Amino acid sequence: MNEVFDWGGVWDAMPAMLDGLVVALQATLIGYVIALILGLAFALLRRSGSRWVSMPVGFVVEFIRSTPLLVQLFFFFYVLPLIGVSVSPLATGAFALGLHYATYTSEVYRSGIDGVPPGQWEAARALNFSRRRTWTAIILPQAIPRVVPALANYVIAMFKDTPQLLAITVVEMLGAAVAIGSETFRYSEPVAAAGLVYLVVALVMAWLARIVERRFGQVRV
Amino acid sequence: MSAGLMAYIWEGLGVTLMLTVFGALLGLVFAFIAGLGRSSNRKVVRGAAMVYTEIFRGFPSLVLLFALIFILPQFGYQLNTLFAGILALALNIGAYAAEVVRGAVKSVPPGQLEAAVALNFTPMQRLRKVVLPQAVVAMIPPFSNNLIELLKATSLVSLVYISDLTFAAQLVRASTGETTLVFLGLLVGYGLIALVLTTIMRLLERLAARRLGRQVPTGLFARKEAV
Repeated sequence: MNEVFDWGGVWDAMPAMLDGLVVALQATLIGYVIALILGLAFALLRRSGSRWVSMPVGFVVEFIRSTPLLVQLFFFFYVLPLIGVSVSPLATGAFALGLHYATYTSEVYRSGIDGVPPGQWEAARALNFSRRRTWTAIILPQAIPRVVPALANYVIAMFKDTPQLLAITVVEMLGAAVAIGSETFRYSEPVAAAGLVYLVVALVMAWLARIVERRFGQVRV
Repeated sequence: MSAGLMAYIWEGLGVTLMLTVFGALLGLVFAFIAGLGRSSNRKVVRGAAMVYTEIFRGFPSLVLLFALIFILPQFGYQLNTLFAGILALALNIGAYAAEVVRGAVKSVPPGQLEAAVALNFTPMQRLRKVVLPQAVVAMIPPFSNNLIELLKATSLVSLVYISDLTFAAQLVRASTGETTLVFLGLLVGYGLIALVLTTIMRLLERLAARRLGRQVPTGLFARKEAV
């Protein structure tokens, strides 16, 4: 076995990395959609007038947020089949990723909702808007654009957490790198290739997030 | 559960706490060097600090861990596995915490600095006597979040066969077959450690604020922060 780092090996690993990238992006995208929807639901439920709703939801959100994503991945991966839900590892991973980050996005939504001036609530009430209409026509259209930049940043954070999916047999980039390593007994080059791809994609995502921020970051009055 | 398995869990807990504590201490060193470096007068120092924060915030911590354990030996540096784990976690969390340090230092009112200059303080005295005591109070709440992120990240080391709490739980699961119970217990365990860490940070914050003669809103656990 050659002891020296072989840059050619990095290049040879690239095709497998690109396949892994597709998987990682799928997990990120599905997870992100879940995080956006579930996070909003968490944020709204935590504002519920009934303590019987807001307290348990608050507890669950804090609990999920303060425990490791990896353990949550294991939990869903091993426990879901036991209760009769059999889905692909990728779907399990995307769901766990989405659930984990929903607890983060719910805080982002909360800060956006808190940022809507109280006069807006009073005006909606004065105009006799229904609860639903107050939220959909007045509050959320003002709250959400404000937090778009913060929400966009979580795409990058989620993408950076996708390597953890290798623990539940999803072959994303790092998983592909380890697979190559176990065939050739050389781990360093494929792992380096995976690292390079992560860095490049994360930088591209940061650039896209900045564009999104500029386009949607303002509240339209 | 047999006593032998319980011993694994305790050992794993010890490793997890060690990774968290040493990772936090080393991360704190990186954070202060890079965070203060960002406001240095020298361009080289500023640039180096920026490169550090941008690169290590951009890398998944798991990839960093794999890199330290698999790639570094190829270049002739073999680290102790546990130390590699601590280093990877510290490099990662230090980059995030460096931004906290930078923000907190910037939040000290400029009048304070001008006053220190007017009193003929040396740059070191300015930092030690005026800037840091005020900045540290502002750092503690975001550091508390960083610490929980670090605690969560420690579970990643189980994937490179360091026997932390998650690794121990996997062993117990494999030998007892009690999947649901073991993972639920593991989640609750991490949740409890997080609660203890948050409480400690909250006490630290009060202590630091009191030394400046400020009041911190009461409430030991509940604390809402804007993201």
